[in-house]
Amino acid sequence: MAAAVTPLPRALVRTRNEARRSIVDRFFRGLCVVAAVVGIIPPFAIIGYVVLNGASAMNLDLLTKPPRALGTGGGAVAAILGSLQLVGLATIIAVPVGVGAAVYVAEFGGRRSATIVRFAADVLVGIPSILMGIFVFTFLVLPFRHFNAFAGSVALSFLMVPVVMRTTEEIIRLVPDSLREASLALGVPRWRTVLSIVLRTGLGGILTGIMLAVARAAGETAPLLFTALGSRLVNVGSFDKPMDALPIFVFINARQPISALNEQAWGAALLLLLFVLTINILVRVRSVSRQAR
Amino acid sequence: MTVESPAAPDAADDTPTLSQANGAAPAPPVRLDPPRPAAGPSGAGSESTSETPQGAMSAEHLSVYYGGFRAVRDVTLQIRPHAVTALIGPSGCGKTTFLRTLNRMHEVVPGARVEGDVRLDGASVYDPDVDPVQLRRIVGMVFQRPNPFPTMSIYDNVVAGLRLTGRYGRVELDQVVERSLRRAALWDEVKDKLRANGMSLSGGQQQRLCIARALAVDPEVLLMDEPASALDPIATLRIEELIAELRSNYTIVIVTHNMQQASRVSDQTAFFTMGDERAGYLVEMGDTIDIFTNPREQLTEDYVSGRFG
Repeated sequence: MAAAVTPLPRALVRTRNEARRSIVDRFFRGLCVVAAVVGIIPPFAIIGYVVLNGASAMNLDLLTKPPRALGTGGGAVAAILGSLQLVGLATIIAVPVGVGAAVYVAEFGGRRSATIVRFAADVLVGIPSILMGIFVFTFLVLPFRHFNAFAGSVALSFLMVPVVMRTTEEIIRLVPDSLREASLALGVPRWRTVLSIVLRTGLGGILTGIMLAVARAAGETAPLLFTALGSRLVNVGSFDKPMDALPIFVFINARQPISALNEQAWGAALLLLLFVLTINILVRVRSVSRQAR
Repeated sequence: MTVESPAAPDAADDTPTLSQANGAAPAPPVRLDPPRPAAGPSGAGSESTSETPQGAMSAEHLSVYYGGFRAVRDVTLQIRPHAVTALIGPSGCGKTTFLRTLNRMHEVVPGARVEGDVRLDGASVYDPDVDPVQLRRIVGMVFQRPNPFPTMSIYDNVVAGLRLTGRYGRVELDQVVERSLRRAALWDEVKDKLRANGMSLSGGQQQRLCIARALAVDPEVLLMDEPASALDPIATLRIEELIAELRSNYTIVIVTHNMQQASRVSDQTAFFTMGDERAGYLVEMGDTIDIFTNPREQLTEDYVSGRFG
């Protein structure tokens, strides 16, 4: 029993103006799609290019041998070990500072001091990383009259602290007050509540922030140029001496007029890419699985 | 602590006649100060029968402020030891705020402070020498929503208060877990899965877990802030049965919106309402049966008979 269709009221009939609007709408929608495509090309192009060029350079020598003094052969083991040590020490410096500052801001600081610390962290994120290198150079390299790995780690930690701090602060704020109250009501002191309840509850998120900071530091070249400098020698544990790192290795070898060294640069670039991508994917998987829970 | 210390001593000085009339000692805070010998897993039978039961509390002209706002005005009442005291009243009348002053939990809110005094077995809880952290081990608290620690197992939740404040041996902790869970009427349901996460339990079980956690530090007083309001009727009934059992060993103060619940579980009832400038105050307090059948105040009668609130 379909009701009879009454003729459309005039107000509902499409006018010429509205027809024009829908064409304009489609045009600009199309532009947005083009912009989106342009936006996703670079990451995939870079990954594809590095994989294509780096895969052929990837071999056991690259992973296990130090660079030769001249000419062909050798590998990037000095850079690999150097990167691990530089980033490792930078993490050891940055995590206590970043987490401690976040705890202060989120748990103990008043509104004004929290704003100041947060602002400082945001400024630090925005400072070009080469400036970190120059800054550290003036007080950890110049006085000793030689480049050293410790200065490199300090420069990297400057990059990591704000990342660790901001993510940790966000996570701490997500921990419900009801848990703090439950702990305090058991007669647990405030400091112990923060340590064993708040930080423990947010541990997953804090680790995620640390991983992101590690990924960021591992890929940085500029802070190391004035500090750890780079080296052709394998340096294990001598933080008072220059140390190589993967980004520096890529930078130096890519500029040599020797194709075998250019090859090695591609291989090292691929290693770096894999390291950073792996961390980012792990972080993504972690946060997705946390949301799913 | 970011909390201003309350001006308790003045208020205590204002009322010497009252405390003497009640036979309350001038209240040195001595026994609050050192950790009690009973406050440990070995204090199994702290509820001694020979001496008078511990855990009597009282409020003396207590007012509570959040910054400039007075949330509770001039409350004076006595909480009998080893009995259940219900705090009832309409929303916003300061019941929960008042409850939280009894173990100084209101101090976690910046800007919160009190005037007047709270006494525990005669001793001033707001004496400058009292450590609120120690106080909260004697005056425990259960919250409106079950809040087990999500990173901990059932076992670890129960002993959290002990583990986070001291060192205890494995055997001791095992004993505390079993005793606390038995007292919270949860042991039979969880004894085979003590390692499971506390969040895996149902809402009612989680709330009993939180009660077990509060009992594990061996308090004398248990403050309950609408402990069943987030639970279904059956879980609510179990909590009420549990309160009836705990009554013989603990002083219980329960805030509830549910007047039937107050009449079922409590021995005495305090009726609060909101007065001028939204400040809550105590209308009257008495034995529960009197409050519900023969109140002195018209306001109370109107409320318990459902005419407002």
